[in-house]
Amino acid sequence: MNPANYIILSAILFSLGAIGVLVRRNAIIVFMSVELMLNAANLAFVAFARMNGNLDGQVAAFFVMVVAAAEVVVGLAIIVTIFRSRRSASIDEPNLLKY
Amino acid sequence: MIELMPAEGVFSLIWLLIALPLFGAAVLLLGGRRTNSWGPYLGVLTVVGSAVLAVLMLVAMMGHPAEERSVGQSLFTWVFADGFQADMAFQLDQLSMVFVLLITIVGSLIHIYSIGYMSHDADKRKFFGYLNLFVAAMLLLVLANNYLLLYVGWEGVGLASYLLIGFWQIKPTAAAAAKKAFIINRVGDVGLSLAIMVMFVTFGSVSFSDVFGQAAEASEGTLTAIGLLLLLAACGKSAQFPLQAWLLDAMEGPTPVSALIHAATMVTAGVYLIVRSNAVFDRAVWAAGAVVLIGLITIFMGAIIGSAKDDIKKSLAGSTMSQIGYMIFAAGLGPIGYVFAIFHLLTHGVFKAGLFLGAGSVMHGMKDNVNMRRYGALRGLMIITFVTFMAGYLAIMGIPPFAGFWSKDEIIHAAFERSWVIGAAAILGAGITGFYMTRMIAMTFFGKARWEDDVHPHESPAVMTIPLVILAIGSTFLGMALLFWGNIETWLEPVVGFASNPTQLSSTTLMAITLVVVLIGAFIGWRQYGAKPVPVDAPSGNWLTRAARRDLYGDLVNEVVVVRPSFTLARWLTWFDSSWIDGFVNGSAAFVGGASGRLRRTQSGFARSYALSMLGGAVLIVAALVLVRLS
Amino acid sequence: MTEVNLGEEIVFWFSGGLAVLGALGLILSRKAVHSALWVALTMINLAVLYVANSAPFLGMVQVVVYTGAVMMLFLFVLMVVGVDSSDSLIETLKGQRLVAIVLAVGLAILLVAGIGAGLTDVVPVGLDEANGVDGGNVQGIARLLFTDYLVAFEVTSALLITAALGAMVLAHRERWLPRASQEELSKARFIGAGHPGNLPSSGTYARHNAVDTPALLPDGSPSAQSIPGPLVARGDVRPVDHHEVEQIESLGGGSK
Repeated sequence: MNPANYIILSAILFSLGAIGVLVRRNAIIVFMSVELMLNAANLAFVAFARMNGNLDGQVAAFFVMVVAAAEVVVGLAIIVTIFRSRRSASIDEPNLLKY
Repeated sequence: MIELMPAEGVFSLIWLLIALPLFGAAVLLLGGRRTNSWGPYLGVLTVVGSAVLAVLMLVAMMGHPAEERSVGQSLFTWVFADGFQADMAFQLDQLSMVFVLLITIVGSLIHIYSIGYMSHDADKRKFFGYLNLFVAAMLLLVLANNYLLLYVGWEGVGLASYLLIGFWQIKPTAAAAAKKAFIINRVGDVGLSLAIMVMFVTFGSVSFSDVFGQAAEASEGTLTAIGLLLLLAACGKSAQFPLQAWLLDAMEGPTPVSALIHAATMVTAGVYLIVRSNAVFDRAVWAAGAVVLIGLITIFMGAIIGSAKDDIKKSLAGSTMSQIGYMIFAAGLGPIGYVFAIFHLLTHGVFKAGLFLGAGSVMHGMKDNVNMRRYGALRGLMIITFVTFMAGYLAIMGIPPFAGFWSKDEIIHAAFERSWVIGAAAILGAGITGFYMTRMIAMTFFGKARWEDDVHPHESPAVMTIPLVILAIGSTFLGMALLFWGNIETWLEPVVGFASNPTQLSSTTLMAITLVVVLIGAFIGWRQYGAKPVPVDAPSGNWLTRAARRDLYGDLVNEVVVVRPSFTLARWLTWFDSSWIDGFVNGSAAFVGGASGRLRRTQSGFARSYALSMLGGAVLIVAALVLVRLS
Repeated sequence: MTEVNLGEEIVFWFSGGLAVLGALGLILSRKAVHSALWVALTMINLAVLYVANSAPFLGMVQVVVYTGAVMMLFLFVLMVVGVDSSDSLIETLKGQRLVAIVLAVGLAILLVAGIGAGLTDVVPVGLDEANGVDGGNVQGIARLLFTDYLVAFEVTSALLITAALGAMVLAHRERWLPRASQEELSKARFIGAGHPGNLPSSGTYARHNAVDTPALLPDGSPSAQSIPGPLVARGDVRPVDHHEVEQIESLGGGSK
């Protein structure tokens, strides 16, 4: 098996995550799709680290995880705040930037 | 090439010649109404001062031997650019000396005359200011030692002419005439500017010494071009064909203006230009030939127009056009004619000024009526005017021993030296001159009185008649003085060159033939207008009369050839500007507006649409990267 | 491992397949909680794949942080927002679904083609040596983290602190009015409409005290107030067992 298969898997997961972001309307599901995309990137990092033979890819994946965690915290806090005032978790709701 | 002496002694005051009238103009025009009471006298004094100075300089110049008579004075470097320099510098040689004398002396007499003529005018201070400005500009023109400074004077006299023709601005005809004069002059000025440019390109400098010194090395084509351009300039300023239409309209200005500017001085600037540039015309045969042709055409044009006008000033204007045609014609003949062109210019300046001032005196007595059909039998009532006018009449006719005889006959003689065809044409022109001038005096001074009811002709005051008398004396004696007492030919020869060709007929025979033709013309004129009673309403006349009354359709030609196409072009340009250019600008604005109106619909407000476009952009970038890698 | 052996291949296909399955579940589920569970499945499988790629530390961190902390956080917020919040399947934006699928599939194809084309003849170097330098994967990552990537490490820690503070600030509810005292609450209960007293408990002679068992009113009908709202909305109310009611009546001697 070609180690590039890991990269192909990563690409597929990334695309599925992208579809999830664009198609679903619940804000939290969109957020989870974003997490999926980040995980796909992490998989690519780890696979390349193995291919190149050094641990830099793993360190990068580590940092991605940290940042993703921080991002989830803040993002969910925002969703909760919006939900409190608007009583809706749909991301089609806030469309005040409409022309 | 003349060598210029340094300006010493009285010549160190050459700049004062120009500065005095310029100062007068500045004081009168900038001082305003405060100077109303004493302003006109200041104006007279400045020009008289310049005249006195000029006479002193003449005396000093006559004291020098012929090779040392040209004096140069440089005030400062005016234009200094890399590769081009023009100085505020003057050149007073024999040619400019006679011009300076003509301008200042005749100018002084006309200034004195104007004190009386314009005494009732509320704006007479401004009038004297403009007259002084004119004198200063004309002096600058003839004293300049380079073409650029000459151009300044050229433009200055054009400006003064515009201001003075339109002096009575309230009259729409006067304002229109002033504009017409300026615009037609401008066409000629283009010729002068282009000539200066060509000179700069060819010789690298536009000063007389450089241009004339290097003229031998330039190609004949270049010199012909310069010559033709200078001829165009001269046609504009001297009212020659084809730029002659403005001179008759210029009679809308006050009579002193007509006398000074449009008889004696400004219109002679073209002759000065050609004679001064003799080094160019001597070597450009075609240009000189064009000068002769233009002069010849204008001789006849002016004479025919002057024969049919009932307005005394317009008739004199036609005569001026014709006489300047003689001068231009003589200047085009080359070294055989330059001297006589200047000679005729001087005598014409004196007697034509006298004729114009006399006409002004007649108008003054006839309540400013200019229609000769309303004159008649004035010789008993305006005696001084009549006598001085007759002196001018005999001079212009060329009756010996009056001034015009000597100068005009020399021109005819020079014409015969070239070819007998143009000589015959010149004699014919003299004959027509006799006709129209006799017509004029017959209608004005002789015959029955055809005055209007409330007109009481009377002689003019002394302040007007004294200049008339002085000019009449000049008309009588100036010719002989310039030929026998001080020889004009030898005087001017160092500057313009003088040659003489043998002619088939002797000069005496020519004189006799000319005199006979002139008398025949005078006889025809007398029979038509002196012996028969003159009808008060102008009869319709034959086709030539009708054409001459309409200035030989000069205005019509200008209208069709220039004015209407200009208006059509302007209208088309306006249309083009408003529909295409404005359309383009407005269209691009509308396009931007429309495009942005469409584009703003992409701002749907939905985060998912934005995310979609982000993904689209990312896909494009990845595609580009992959394709670059793969290729 | 430089070469991919058969064991790893089996693990890859198995875990990879499950990961894709989880991703599909995420994007296709109606209920949000189901999506969260599918995502957790994907993440566990990714952790397995990390371990297969000689990244044991990262695999464990993936389980602890992602599946444990992050997904739990998601579920908590889901509870706050509303468990029954579900999307309708109808797409409101025109063409969004189609274009999204086309673009994402295109992206996948591009990435696969681009990267696959570049990696056809690459032999993976393997991490045996790198892991062995410092005596293990953890030690190797630690070395890199505290030497080469020290600045990023410190900055990321600052980021975490900032994120925590940010979440606190955002989720904080500002009290605009003073907290209502017990007296005021009691007064409001008695003045206003609604039940002033305690909500009914299971009732005397109750057989069950489960939350979903309704209390019986004196006439034998169930009291709606005794069941929490969500259970009523979900229809999870235990039906009244009339046998038991009759038993009680017989016990009480027929008095109603």
